[in-house]
Amino acid sequence: MLKYTLIPLLPFLSFLINILFGRNFIKDRAHWIAVPAVVGSFLLAVSAFLDVAGGRDINVNIYSWIVSGSFNVSVGFLIDRLSAIMLIVVTSISTLIFIYSIGYMHGDGGYYRFFAYLSLFVFSMLILVMANNFLLMYFGWEAVGLCSYFLIGYWFHKKSAADAGKKAFIVNRFGDFGFGLGVILIFLTFGSMDYMQVFGEAGGIAGQTINLLGYDVNLITLICLLLFCGAVGKSAQVPLHVWLPDAMEGPTPVSALIHAATMVTAGVFMVARCNPLFNLSEVAMNTVAIVGGVTAIFAATIALVQTDIKRVIAYSTVSQLGYMFLALGVGAYSAAIFHLYTHAYFKALLFLGSGSVIHALHDEQNMQKMGGLKKYMPVTYWVFILATLSITGIPFFSGFFSKDEILWRAYLAGDLGKFLWFLGTLAALLTAFYSWRLIYLTFHGKFRGTHEQEEHLHESPPVITVPLMLLAVGAVAAGWVGIPPIFAEHGDKIGEFLAPVLGYPEGEGTHAQEYFVMGASIFVAVAGWIIAYTMYLKKTELPQKLGAAFQPVYKLLFNKYYIDELYSKTIVQPTLKASDKIILGFDTYIIEGIVNGIPNLIGAFSRKLRKIQTGLLSDYGLIMAIGALSIIGVWIFLR
Amino acid sequence: MVPLSWYIILSAVVFSIGVIGFLTRRNLIMTFMSIELMLNSVNISFVAFSHYLQSMRGQIIVFFVIAVAAAETAIGLAIIIAYYKNNPTIKVDEINLLKG
Amino acid sequence: MEMETTISLLDIRPLVPELTMICVGLIVILLDLIVRKKEVVAIVGIAGTLVALYGTYKLYGFYEPQSAFSGMFVLDGYSNFFKLIFYLNIILTICISFKYMAIEKASFGEYYALLMFATTGMMIMASAADLIVLYLGLELMALSTYILAGITRKRQRSNEAALKYFFLGAFSSAFLLYGISLTYGLTGTTNLREIASALQTLDLNGSPIMYLGLIFMIVAFGFKIALAPFHMWAPDVYEGAPTSITAFMSVGPKAAGFAVLGRVLFGAFAGMQVQWASILIPMAVLTMAVGSIIALAQTNIKRMLAYSSIAHAGYMLLGVITGTTGGLMSTVNYLAIYLFMNIGAFAIVIMLRREGFQGENIEDYMGLSKSHPLASALMLIFMFSLAGIPPTAGFIGKFYVFMEVIKAGYVYLAIIAVAFSAISAFFYLRVVMYIYMKDPKEEVVLTRSPSMSIALAVTAMMVLILGIFPSFLLNLVRYSILG
Repeated sequence: MLKYTLIPLLPFLSFLINILFGRNFIKDRAHWIAVPAVVGSFLLAVSAFLDVAGGRDINVNIYSWIVSGSFNVSVGFLIDRLSAIMLIVVTSISTLIFIYSIGYMHGDGGYYRFFAYLSLFVFSMLILVMANNFLLMYFGWEAVGLCSYFLIGYWFHKKSAADAGKKAFIVNRFGDFGFGLGVILIFLTFGSMDYMQVFGEAGGIAGQTINLLGYDVNLITLICLLLFCGAVGKSAQVPLHVWLPDAMEGPTPVSALIHAATMVTAGVFMVARCNPLFNLSEVAMNTVAIVGGVTAIFAATIALVQTDIKRVIAYSTVSQLGYMFLALGVGAYSAAIFHLYTHAYFKALLFLGSGSVIHALHDEQNMQKMGGLKKYMPVTYWVFILATLSITGIPFFSGFFSKDEILWRAYLAGDLGKFLWFLGTLAALLTAFYSWRLIYLTFHGKFRGTHEQEEHLHESPPVITVPLMLLAVGAVAAGWVGIPPIFAEHGDKIGEFLAPVLGYPEGEGTHAQEYFVMGASIFVAVAGWIIAYTMYLKKTELPQKLGAAFQPVYKLLFNKYYIDELYSKTIVQPTLKASDKIILGFDTYIIEGIVNGIPNLIGAFSRKLRKIQTGLLSDYGLIMAIGALSIIGVWIFLR
Repeated sequence: MVPLSWYIILSAVVFSIGVIGFLTRRNLIMTFMSIELMLNSVNISFVAFSHYLQSMRGQIIVFFVIAVAAAETAIGLAIIIAYYKNNPTIKVDEINLLKG
Repeated sequence: MEMETTISLLDIRPLVPELTMICVGLIVILLDLIVRKKEVVAIVGIAGTLVALYGTYKLYGFYEPQSAFSGMFVLDGYSNFFKLIFYLNIILTICISFKYMAIEKASFGEYYALLMFATTGMMIMASAADLIVLYLGLELMALSTYILAGITRKRQRSNEAALKYFFLGAFSSAFLLYGISLTYGLTGTTNLREIASALQTLDLNGSPIMYLGLIFMIVAFGFKIALAPFHMWAPDVYEGAPTSITAFMSVGPKAAGFAVLGRVLFGAFAGMQVQWASILIPMAVLTMAVGSIIALAQTNIKRMLAYSSIAHAGYMLLGVITGTTGGLMSTVNYLAIYLFMNIGAFAIVIMLRREGFQGENIEDYMGLSKSHPLASALMLIFMFSLAGIPPTAGFIGKFYVFMEVIKAGYVYLAIIAVAFSAISAFFYLRVVMYIYMKDPKEEVVLTRSPSMSIALAVTAMMVLILGIFPSFLLNLVRYSILG
């Protein structure tokens, strides 16, 4: 039991030590605390994984914080096959990114603070993943959010970073509000927040309805939709996706860890975890699938024309998360988790690779000012290529297997599924295009930056490139655990592994259909590659011409469908204005209000009342005597 | 033979006189003496009960009370003197630096 | 009635912790004449307390019930748990008073000796199974604290505090004695257990005189605990007394008062639960109201904390009112938590005191976070805990008391308590606001000392640990009370 407790505890200790002693004692040696801690948790996670793979699920209550009647707040861990995989993903990626950060954050003024927050994040994420009840998961859910805001606004003196942090916070409020309501509704419905109890009893209340504003609403559907609200916010799905691209203001390791590999996939994990609930509600499932499919294509189109290297990858993340929700929505939970797992590696690699580029160019993020970096940064270039092959779904790279599984499962899932398959395949075409566009703009052609930058161009140090290479191994090979059965009997190891928790998706297709789906995705992957090759390497004038010819479309995409502007006008600005007022008003009204206003209100009474306290001995005695007498009097009166 | 109730009534009356003295007297020393009066009224009732119940316990308590009252007097007077050194007054009405 | 005439030496054994405290207290006075360094004296005091603690722990085992002096004095889990609170109280108080008393120029050996005598009084109260012993313990505690309140005898405020405390205290003990005499007259005994059986056999549960006696005793205990309307002394005395003594007084006598209140009400007058609950309920509501509301208008932090401690007494009383063992446990649990958070808060108040600067105004805390982030964070923890915000221990204390109140069927009391607890959050958070959101008016220099750091570390850690892992304390309390 201690072993499992230590998994989240080690990063937490690292956080405590760094935050308490960082400023005065540890300073730029913070990684000597943080890295061993996270490596330790990784090793323990591997051991936990082996325990689980050996057929032993772990469901233990570590301790109960509050026990009072049916209200029970406890910390307990559930490590089954689903959370075991998540543990491996979270701790392994964290380990690599922690090491990478040593190089990347070197010399930063708040070095210890960075590692402290990052450790706190890993702790929270592990709690979220390992929780065995909704309340603890909610704790982890909010805690990862909090760390995310801290880290987005890590360079808080930069206004854009502070704004992005604020934005992430506000947008996530919407989702988390729903999620919180969902958890409360679960407690009210089941009288418990323990997963096993809730899932066990879920079947019993299927079809129950509650009256909501005059409408009869299916209880399970309502719970699922509320929970999904949280997922939409945290996993940046349409329409709450706007915070994620802005979150790239945070340091690149943060983008890679939190905003690509782990935290943003929490929504996917949560839906997969709650699959016994979601399975009972077709409405909720369809909602999940449609939101996922729409997000996949929607974000991909925006990524086509972005010029900021990190933003392209950010939109790509949103799009890939859309795939995962698509899979969840068609009931292919294991496919979603499979994609989550492969995506974690190649997307972290893309981010860290872009970080390496940005580092070399001294914080230049605009791809228009890059180019030709291939010869200066061969390692970065080659890992980038591998990651791109993987994300675009070129056969035998990991992304191919997971994405193909999702599309195949969608194809099998009825009419809606077919439509979503089409969206997904189209998105795959766009993915291939923007991914190769990024490569060509960044690494090929001529260097378009300043002369000064060119002179300082260099490959990053090993502390950066070694994690890149390790991640590259993952990006290539991670998918080999999920080879479709038509290629190899029992090739879909991950699907079978997860089947006890997530079930194995139904629906059988013919081999011909499966080859067709696969062929289509390979075709679009190659097609997108060729188009990008043509436009950005051969006929480099083409993009501009196209852009000019389809000016409105280009502008629409470049401005991200004006969603930000729309929100800005309708929600964000009023909110910000209000919150500015609130923050300004917070000082002048609320704080003053609390400091002075409340005392003014109750305080007027209070000031009157304190006059009783005259300071005179005889008055005090009198009040005591009156008190005693009135107790006697009341008693005589009542008798 | 004087009945028990007379003693008890005497004790109650003396106690009440003590309480009222504590509340109305404006001189610290008089206030102090009122408290002594209250303690002695308790002693009367203890002795009366002790005699009535034919148990020694009540009289033992009286000795304790007298001893404690002596200690209390010593400490009380010391505190009054310490106060008087800083602020030469023994008027209860003037001692209200701390209030509100 | 048979009286045991011989007191064998063996009978003294249960008293060893108390005797240790007294002896070390006397040694401290003598040592003070020889030793120039007052730190040595203080350390001897702490060491003596630790010996006594060891005695309490080792003598018969912590939970083992024992009695001595023909059942007048008992040792059981209940008394031992309270003694643990008293030991911690005196040790922490000594830790925070080292430097402070030097600044106040009152670092006499007697100071430490009187702390020990007062603690002995509390210990005797916790162990008292007879009203005479209870009275003697109470007087030993009270007489020592009267002097302690006025120990900075050059300060008029301190004199006045001692004066008021003394007069009102003596006034209230007269009530206690009168109550005891009535109880004695009716039941023919002063032993708590015999009183309980006499109430049954003589059918005194409805007797008006018995009731009068009970009321008079509750008045006296209410005075020590600072329950309204017998709380009037508390704000003045807390403000005027030296801060370390304020910290000591706000925990020790209050806990001792609850110890005897629990012992007397649950031990002797359990049959009259309906009667005493109907007395205590209005008192509890009034106490919470007075404490929470008047605190809002305070500008002096010691005075504010005084009202806060009155309000807390109201919450704690709720557990007693239930008349259930669970309720009593929740009160005891609350007391233990209150010890840490309250002494912690007073420790920060003491740190602001320096030569020529009182640092008692809430405005003195403006912008403290800018210059002293650590001290500010600690104050934040203590204020959060006093306000009852999770995950601090204060939340746990309140939570269990309120739960027990609801379980016992007094839902309306729980609602009232939560409402007053919400009001009280305003004045605690006001301190936090001043610390974190206001600009400093003038630079604040904190008076530091190693012992102070230890006290702060212990209190803050305990506030957090008991907030996150409450079961340890809850179990200790459960074993202590249930045996």
